[in-house]
Amino acid sequence: MAEVKHDAAAHAAAPLPWGEIFEWAQAFLSGGLILTGAFFVIAGAIGILRMPDFYTRIHAAGMTDTMGAEFILLGLIVQSGFTQTSLKLLLVAFFLFITSPTATHAIAHAAHLSGLKPKLGPYEAPELEDIGKGDGA
Amino acid sequence: MASLVMIYVCVVGAIGMLIGMALLLGRAIAGPSFYDRALAVNSFGTKAVLFLCLFSLIIGRPDGVDIAILYALMNFIATVAILKFFRYRALDVPLAQRPQRKSAGKGGA
Repeated sequence: MAEVKHDAAAHAAAPLPWGEIFEWAQAFLSGGLILTGAFFVIAGAIGILRMPDFYTRIHAAGMTDTMGAEFILLGLIVQSGFTQTSLKLLLVAFFLFITSPTATHAIAHAAHLSGLKPKLGPYEAPELEDIGKGDGA
Repeated sequence: MASLVMIYVCVVGAIGMLIGMALLLGRAIAGPSFYDRALAVNSFGTKAVLFLCLFSLIIGRPDGVDIAILYALMNFIATVAILKFFRYRALDVPLAQRPQRKSAGKGGA
């Protein structure tokens, strides 16, 4: 009997500590996602600060904000696991995914309607009347 | 140990959000046109939402994520409202109505 018990204990200690391995995998995945998102967000902020023109600034803001926000929120979702917090973070990610490009588009449209011209090299921006002719509006 | 690593990464991400917010504040102050400022404030709000999520998970109180949801929605509505107000100088104009381009263009030009 004692021999059997000892055998069972040795057999139980032999397999890998899956819980710890899973925790480390979770930590590395969420850490990588959060750091990637932070990189994109800072790159977008530097782009907004340093780009020469309003429309190029919109490009930097719209692209990197959506991507960086989604990466960071995905990393936080991985970190918090299957909890209520994770569902709320998913909700935040969904709202940002919908509203961030819409707001960027609204700002660009308003700026173009108000007559703000982009800085272009050899080309010229189209006039508002020429744009209105095309779609019959 | 693993949770400690996750919290450190979250602290690094939150510091990154603060750096991005500082840069955007510079653009919002120095922006040559009104639309630069609107864009910078909108992006600032997005980064504030992300900072709030990270911070509420760092201090271990996930209630802040609710406030982040609220702030994300309010940020969008505020941006659209500011743009609408500075275009029409009023807030009771229907957004779906298209402005009449010819008279507006001739009057504006």
